Amino acid sequence: MSETVASVSALIVKTLLANPKVPRDINGSSKIVEDLAFDSLAVMNFVMEIEDTLDVSVPLDRLADIRTIDDLAACIVSLKQAS
Amino acid sequence: MSIFSKYEGLASALASVTAGGGRNPFDVVIEKPISSTVGLIEGRETLLFGTNNYLGLSQSPAAINAAVEAAKAYGVGTTGSRIANGTQGLHRQLEERLSAFFRRKHCMVFSTGYQANLGTISALAGKDDYLLLDADSHASIYDGSRLGHAQVIRFRHNDADDLHKRLRRLEGTPGAKLVVVEGIYSMMGDVVPMAEFAAVKRETGAWLLADEAHSVGVMGKHGRGVAEADGVEDDVDFVVGTFSKSLGTVGGYCVSNHDGLDLIRLCSRPYMFTASLPPEVIAATMAALTELENHPELRIRLMDNARRLHAGLQAAGLRTGPQASPVVSVILDDVAVAVAFWNRLLDLGVYVNLSLPPATPDQHPLLRTSVMATHTPAEIDKAVNVFATVAREMGLSHAA
Repeated sequence: MSETVASVSALIVKTLLANPKVPRDINGSSKIVEDLAFDSLAVMNFVMEIEDTLDVSVPLDRLADIRTIDDLAACIVSLKQAS
Repeated sequence: MSIFSKYEGLASALASVTAGGGRNPFDVVIEKPISSTVGLIEGRETLLFGTNNYLGLSQSPAAINAAVEAAKAYGVGTTGSRIANGTQGLHRQLEERLSAFFRRKHCMVFSTGYQANLGTISALAGKDDYLLLDADSHASIYDGSRLGHAQVIRFRHNDADDLHKRLRRLEGTPGAKLVVVEGIYSMMGDVVPMAEFAAVKRETGAWLLADEAHSVGVMGKHGRGVAEADGVEDDVDFVVGTFSKSLGTVGGYCVSNHDGLDLIRLCSRPYMFTASLPPEVIAATMAALTELENHPELRIRLMDNARRLHAGLQAAGLRTGPQASPVVSVILDDVAVAVAFWNRLLDLGVYVNLSLPPATPDQHPLLRTSVMATHTPAEIDKAVNVFATVAREMGLSHAA
C-alpha cells in the first residue's frame, strides 16, 4: 500500500483546487465544512470523486467524524489498509 | 444562547427568499381543492401542477364514498399501533389486496410512505450489513439508513456500472448488501434503468429494494411500476411505495416474496411505535386501487399529458430534464431567479413546487411540476403559456 496520510491529503487538496470556488489557501488542516463552505451534499459528492481516484469506498457514517482534510486522508488510508 | 441559534443560517436563507415581498414557499396554503386540478390559493382559482396526484384519485368519488362509509361503520381512528390494538380487519384486507396487485406473497402496510422506507430499510440492513444508495435518493431513504446500523455507501445516480464497482470493492466482506433505487426520481422525474440494476444484483448476489413511490400507477402494463415495465420484477426483492401519490390518500407499504418480511413486523420501529392507518383511509385506498386497476386509460392519458407538458416547456425555451415523465422540472441557475419565477407563476394562477439546493441534484434550483391524468390539454397549454410569459418577462427564453 503506497498511500500515506500526507500523500492522500495532498491529492485531496489538488482535487479541491480544481474547483474554482474553493479558497486558494487550503491545506491539510482546513476544515471541510467551515473553511470550504461545503453543505452536506457537496461534501458527499466531493468524497465520491476522491473514492474513485483511490478506488476506495468511504461509508457515510465515517464522514460524521471527519472535520479536516487530514482527517479524511487518515480515514481513507485506514480503509485502504483494512481492505 | 438560544437553542435555535444553530439555525441562523436557515433563517437568513429564508429571509433572502422572502426579501422584496416574495412569498414564503413553505407556507403556501391550498385553501380548498375545487377539483383534482384546480385549487383555491390566495382566494384565486389556481391550476395545480405540483401535487403528485398523478391519477387525480384524491378526488375520486368512489374513494370518497368508501371513506365515508368506512368512517360510519368503523369510526375515524384506531388509537393504536399495528402490534397492539391497531390492526383491524381492514388492515389485513388492504395487505391482501396489495399482495394480489403486486403478485407477491407478503405485504406490510405503514402509516406513511416516509415510514415505509424508514421502517423497511432500517430493519433490513443490520449492523454488519451494507446499504448501497443512489446518490440522489429521497430523504426517507437516507433517514432510513441513519436509523439502522449498516454501513452506507453511495453510488452515482442511475449508474449501474458505478454500483458494480462499489460492490466489487466489498467482495469478500461479510454481511448482506442491500441496494436501494427509486423507480422515478422525485426531483427530475428521471427513470431508473431497472434492468441494468437487476443484472448487477444477479451477478453480485446483492439484494435489491425498489422505491416505486412515483412510478406505481404510472408505469408498467398493470401499473406495478418500473420493475414491471422493464420485465424484471423477479429480481426486485422488495418493493416499497406510498398511497399518497397515484392512489391519492396517505400511507405506505412494502411487498416481497421473501417469507422473512413478516419478521420485520417485529423489529421495525417506524412500524411498531406509531398509530396505524385509520379505517376511512384504508377504505379509500382500496377503492382507489380498484380505480387504478379498472382504468388503465388513466396511465395512457397521464403519459400523453406528461409529453405535452414536457414538449411545451421545451418549446418555450426552458431547460428541462431529458425524459418526459409525470415529474417535469424546469432547471434554473440562480436561486433568486427561481424564487421570482415561482412567485410570478403563482400570481398568474399556476402552482408548482419550488425546489432549492441542497434538496436538488447538481445544486440547481428547480421549478418542479407534476402532471395528472385529469389535466385537460387546455389546462396544460395554459400552464405552458404562463411559463412562457414569465420566462419572457424575466428574459429567460433561450430557444424557439
